[in-house]
Amino acid sequence: MEVPNVAEKWMGCVRKVTIGATKEQGGTRGNIVTVGGAKSIPYMDFEGEQGCKPVIAMDVLDTVPEDWPDALKEPFKDVLNSPAKWAKKCVEQYGADMVCLKLDSIHPDKGNKSAEEAVATVKSILQAVSVPLIIWGCEHNETDNAVMPKVSQAAKGERCLLAGASQDNYKIIAAVCLADGHCLVTQAPVDINIGKQVNILVSDLGFPLDRIIMFQTTGALGYGMEYVYSIQERERIAALSGDNLLGMPVICNVGYESWRAKEAKASDAEAPQWGSCVERGPMWETITAATLLQSGVDIIRMYHPKAVAAVKKFTQDLA
Amino acid sequence: MALTGLEIFKLLPKTNCKKCGRPTCLAFAMQLAQKKANLTDCPDVSEEAKNVLGAASAPPIKLITLKAGEKIFKVGEETVLYRHEEKFHNPTGVGVTIRDDLDGGAFSERLKKIDGLKFTRVGTEIGIDIIAVQNMSKNVEKFSSATKMVADNSHLALILMSDSVENMRSALDVCGNKRPLLWSANAQNYEGMARLAKEKNCPLIVSAPRLEELADLTEKIKSLGVSEMILDYNSARLKDVLQGLTKVRRAALKKNFRPLGFSTITYVKENDGYQEIIKASTYLAKYAGIVVLDVCEPWQIMPLLTVRQNIFTDPQKPVQVEPKLYQVGQANENSPLLFTTNFSLTYYTVEGEVEASRTPAYILAVDTEGTSVLTAYSGDKLNEKVVAKAMANAKVEEKIKHKKLIIPGLVAVMTAKLKEELGWEILVGPKEASGIPSYLRSTWS
Repeated sequence: MEVPNVAEKWMGCVRKVTIGATKEQGGTRGNIVTVGGAKSIPYMDFEGEQGCKPVIAMDVLDTVPEDWPDALKEPFKDVLNSPAKWAKKCVEQYGADMVCLKLDSIHPDKGNKSAEEAVATVKSILQAVSVPLIIWGCEHNETDNAVMPKVSQAAKGERCLLAGASQDNYKIIAAVCLADGHCLVTQAPVDINIGKQVNILVSDLGFPLDRIIMFQTTGALGYGMEYVYSIQERERIAALSGDNLLGMPVICNVGYESWRAKEAKASDAEAPQWGSCVERGPMWETITAATLLQSGVDIIRMYHPKAVAAVKKFTQDLA
Repeated sequence: MALTGLEIFKLLPKTNCKKCGRPTCLAFAMQLAQKKANLTDCPDVSEEAKNVLGAASAPPIKLITLKAGEKIFKVGEETVLYRHEEKFHNPTGVGVTIRDDLDGGAFSERLKKIDGLKFTRVGTEIGIDIIAVQNMSKNVEKFSSATKMVADNSHLALILMSDSVENMRSALDVCGNKRPLLWSANAQNYEGMARLAKEKNCPLIVSAPRLEELADLTEKIKSLGVSEMILDYNSARLKDVLQGLTKVRRAALKKNFRPLGFSTITYVKENDGYQEIIKASTYLAKYAGIVVLDVCEPWQIMPLLTVRQNIFTDPQKPVQVEPKLYQVGQANENSPLLFTTNFSLTYYTVEGEVEASRTPAYILAVDTEGTSVLTAYSGDKLNEKVVAKAMANAKVEEKIKHKKLIIPGLVAVMTAKLKEELGWEILVGPKEASGIPSYLRSTWS
């Protein structure tokens, strides 16, 4: 029996964004990464191209993380005190498509390190690995406004992805990204209207839409994931329906959020009924990532190599 | 397909008798088409019209019910493709397999383990729903004795998995107080399976690797008198299955295509403990009515059940935490007291940051009917009286000595009134939860 054709006809798409620049393009990256391009509901390629395969950016912290559970520290225990070695391990051993340097220690309460130290860390990572780099501020507006311009300048020409611009703090970061040729994360607190508004604000400053990645604050599995899931689903549908200002690729912060969950970090002694923490934590991260992928995600920030491997295999199977 | 007003009109008596309360039969037909009237309003309607119109107004995805004693498991009757459009109604059933060729000890051990798969999250118990007995032995006695063991000893709903009509029949005789789901009817055995399902009044799973074949089979089985079916699109490829589940859902909801107007089931078979749960979670988010797995470790099942809990949350109804006093770490009578609302996202964000601060503390979740701080304040669900009541209910005065209350920075404006109402010192906390660790460190040391 013939089954009715249920392919939707979409007018719009998610824009393609390229991160990283090779030598010929004015940078020093060994490879570049292109994300976005979807013309269908995620993985429904019978109605249009599904776009580029989602990529995984592994987080590297600029300081030794204090509150990580042992199961998470274990794979990195030999490199936690060196962001460059840490980044190298992520790329060479764990297959990260990108590295996301999280500048935690510039935060006034988490070390208050100087812009010069941040610049040195960025340079050391650019040296150590050849994949494109994401540089994430500490989300303390004043500090980020002081440090990120210097970081941006130091990585000029590398076409990094810098985070980020928010509704009440976007001018400086957008200006330096524009000047130094970087891509920009626009950020919103699980709100599709604010998400669009930030895109409008930075594009009013002349920032090109094809260098923007959208970020709706991620909620982990069990901790508000469904809100982000639905917002991202709506963003994707809006993009496909032709809304230019929501047609950007999407990034999720899965590693950090998942490992804050009790279910991920509780030790076996604390939660014997939940099974071994050696698998439980990576699984929590894996499932947060895998489920969010169904809502439309292009870049996933992750922590644990086991979770990275599992999600990588999954995205390959879906390609 | 839904009928138009004119199509319905043709089935009516066309007497314009006005007994239905409308001026003409055509007007009545138009209202029926818009689902603004009920066919029962017409006293003279023919049996034929009842049948045709009744079928056309049935839900696009058939509801299926399984019984395990008093417990009822329901699946189907979904109405939307995306949860933000309304909500997803009947949470995906999660089932785990048990093989009839396991020897006695291993069988009871696994049965016990499966039966105990439940967890408590955010104050709610979550557990699996179904146990699926597999006729791996192909043997009729083994299958029925395994089924009897499960039926007698498990509280879960039951799926019987066998291609043999004869084996299925003998297992059905020992199901006790359960109404099981039969898996499966395929192109080879559907006649026998359909007759058995009809005789025993059990819902039937229909399996095929192509949607066209599934549609053919459901029509044939329907003509044999079985209307309760679930579709098993049993392709081996992840992407095929994912797309198939979406196509079935869209065909039912967007095209009202009856041959695929059923819920779906997927059996995830993987030799990789991570991929199995990834796939199950993916299918669960994208429309599977039931997912069945071979694995049953808590670290695998708990995240899957949490995906279900998240995805099937009603987006229009904010999830709430119980309004009470929560203790974070080894808090004592000198520890800080913060209040926030009982909107779960707000509460858990605050709780997470308080934990991160490593300062033992109390958090008072004030009942604002599950709204966030600003929404609650502007809707007058959060005022000094509400906070005072919450403090009294939680007997805060008995637990905390210092009489200092940290309030959300967003409602700093409440300070004066709160001070007056409570007689406590009011400290204005940060506007964003992320500021809590540094706030606590700097003000409470």
